[in-house]
Amino acid sequence: MTEAVRDSLDRCVKCTICESFRPFSKVTPLFPGPKYVGPQAERYRDAGMSADHSVDYCSGCGICTQVCPQGVKIAEINSQARAAMWEEQGQIGQVQLRNQLIARPSVIGKLGTPVAPLANWALGNRTLRGLAHNLIGIHRDAAMPKFAGRTFQRWARRHARRAADKTVVYFHGCGTNYYEPAAGEMLVAVLEHNGFNVIIPPQDCCGLPLQSNGRFPAARGYVRRLVANLAPYAREGIPIVANSTSCGLMLKREAHEILGIEDEDLQVVSKQLFDVCEFLLFLHEKGELRTDFQPLPLEVPYHAPCQQRGHGIGKPALDLFALVPELRVIELNIDCCGIAGTYGLKKEKYDISMAVGEPLFRQIREAKPEVAACGSETCRWQIEHGSGIHAVHPIELLYRAYGLDSPSPALRERVGERVEKERL
Amino acid sequence: MTYDVIVVGAGLAGLTAALRLSEQDRRVLVIAKGNGATHLAPPVIDVLGYAGDKRIESPQKALSGFVVSHPGHPYANVSADVIAESLDWLSRRVPELGYQGRLDENWLLPTAVGVPKPSALVPESMVAGDLRRGGRFVFIGLRGLKDFHASYLADNLARAQLPARVSTRFIELEPPHDRNADPGSVGFARRFDEPRFRDWIVQALAGQLEPNEKVGFPAVLGIEKAGEVWRDLERRLEHPAFEVPLLPPSAPGIRLYDALARALRQAGARILIGDRVAAGGSEGGRVAEINALTAARPVAYRANSFVLATGGFASGGLELDSRGSVRETVFGLPVAGMPDAGEPMFSPRYFDTHAVSRAGVAVDARLRPVDEKGKVVFENLHAAGAILSGAVPWREHSGNGISLATGYAVAAAILEHAAPRIRVDARD
Repeated sequence: MTEAVRDSLDRCVKCTICESFRPFSKVTPLFPGPKYVGPQAERYRDAGMSADHSVDYCSGCGICTQVCPQGVKIAEINSQARAAMWEEQGQIGQVQLRNQLIARPSVIGKLGTPVAPLANWALGNRTLRGLAHNLIGIHRDAAMPKFAGRTFQRWARRHARRAADKTVVYFHGCGTNYYEPAAGEMLVAVLEHNGFNVIIPPQDCCGLPLQSNGRFPAARGYVRRLVANLAPYAREGIPIVANSTSCGLMLKREAHEILGIEDEDLQVVSKQLFDVCEFLLFLHEKGELRTDFQPLPLEVPYHAPCQQRGHGIGKPALDLFALVPELRVIELNIDCCGIAGTYGLKKEKYDISMAVGEPLFRQIREAKPEVAACGSETCRWQIEHGSGIHAVHPIELLYRAYGLDSPSPALRERVGERVEKERL
Repeated sequence: MTYDVIVVGAGLAGLTAALRLSEQDRRVLVIAKGNGATHLAPPVIDVLGYAGDKRIESPQKALSGFVVSHPGHPYANVSADVIAESLDWLSRRVPELGYQGRLDENWLLPTAVGVPKPSALVPESMVAGDLRRGGRFVFIGLRGLKDFHASYLADNLARAQLPARVSTRFIELEPPHDRNADPGSVGFARRFDEPRFRDWIVQALAGQLEPNEKVGFPAVLGIEKAGEVWRDLERRLEHPAFEVPLLPPSAPGIRLYDALARALRQAGARILIGDRVAAGGSEGGRVAEINALTAARPVAYRANSFVLATGGFASGGLELDSRGSVRETVFGLPVAGMPDAGEPMFSPRYFDTHAVSRAGVAVDARLRPVDEKGKVVFENLHAAGAILSGAVPWREHSGNGISLATGYAVAAAILEHAAPRIRVDARD
């Protein structure tokens, strides 16, 4: 156990506040709650053996750590205990193979992208999904994103960079690269609209899925390779923005606290890393965010994912949405959508995951919106799967409100200039 | 980020101050390391239950004398009128709980261990448990629910010192085994939210209740649909029903938190749970900002006024180190109420009153922390709730009363004296 996590353990006063949240144990007896498998079971793990196997059903949503008034790193204790338990169980067997596979999104992305039509057909084919369910253990109904058939990196290499006096680095993650390149393009457009030169360095997975599947050594390798690419910019003091809330949190805190990485590269990247909404709100605080938003007459339910709440930055998307005329936001107050990265893909956990998400799906369905908003890609896919409502990153709404979607780039330039003049 | 007021702490004191200020269109941020006592204790508002060993029937009548004999007590800074107002305000503001009661009389409620507990304002789901006029009580045990033993409660209550004759008995039910339910109070409260579970309870009790009996359940009568659950049971059992407060976590306490948080969000306030808070910069005797210790870095939040509602030792607002010195954990404020050097801080017996429990922050009439000489530490920093020095809430039965009244009074002090609110025009 890492030292920071171990030290926090003694602060547990068994007050049960974490037990009264725990979205997962609400719906399954297989997970008896964060206090039970964490601070309590930890006493019996001293000998190095796992005393308790129910920690397998902890999703790692992290809500227990957030609500603990004493500062106990409950979710972190559980992540480390889970990894140790899986280590003991060895690397062979269906579950282990499945966990190895789904924990490598960039490998899957590289394999699926060139054959996207075929891969997407396969993901939608009931027979093949049935086979995958039985042979690999990926639930036949679990939400699977569609390969875009192109990568964001490829777009980025061809995208003409703008001369600008402000620079920002964009960490886009695997979801944007292989499944939602358009989300990345919108983010770049929003930042460029605000006068930034956006640098998009080559980048691979952040290691989070490997971490949550207990493959710590492999996860550390991914983290180190990624931060090695980002650190040179961070050392120059250039901010790094991330649009995946969970991958962003991985670099901000989890790689250090859960994987125990102490490297200087990681430290300097952590300090410069911002969730993109957090970053835009800081700009607004300094009076540097353009507010030439056009009315966006929508009513949008907004779900702040667990991992975004783990950033400890509140809900900056709400403050940004408030800048857009006629955009009405319904702040949903549900703990978790249930997917927890790869948890809800697993055949033995899919039903649990859907039951956890049901209150969220219900609230979104009842609002009957055109779109819902959420900052995490896996949560968006789960929300779409569970509610049938299209879910977008908050940046997409800002992109639309800036009018970046409709006019031609040339017209966009002129509108931008006119607005700038009016502001002066 | 800039707010009119930043409240540090999300217990009853902090939420009360925040909601009062939001109602007056102040832009408010509530920031806290985690959830507070709302999740642990029942939402009964005990204003003053005991003075020494004497059980108090009317806090209104007792308060003036109590404040004279306890000069450093938080109630010395809030008048009885303000306390009464705060009770009225809470009753109106969270109609979900259907609060009943007044400052001039205490209810007397049974607890899970069968000890009568005086309290001024109680949720409607607990009113029928009032022991003052005596009567016949039957307590319902639910097999599988930990920490509630109906026979023990009924036995102890029969032997308690009560103002009127009380007869007690118990019925132990064995609800159907539900592999999805956990044995804690929150798990059972969720089961009561389901109509089918209530059907089972009503059927199980059919023919077992005697005329004029009042039916006491453990305080697990629903979380999200609590009002509906309690009313439904009363109607179908055709007997008055009530909840008995339990050990933590507290299902009815969570209802209070949820209701206040919902009201806050509706009033436009922001709630940020999960960050430890550290002092930030100060300018000219005023707190300029606090730092939220986010995942990656400290982030400064600025405001015109600040409310410290971090709680006492139990909530981490105060810390006692191994050398016996006490620290206020956010601003390092002077701590008052400590026993003199050389005097013991603790009594040898756990349930005795310990001298150290009066430790906390001393304040002026506007509830601003002061130093040893009575000088205000920061012009715009106020304190409310269990962080205040001079009280022994679990002896006095005054905890939620102090939190509610001082949270309410802090908001008034800020509204009267602070700089005019910032105009936040979203569409500048």
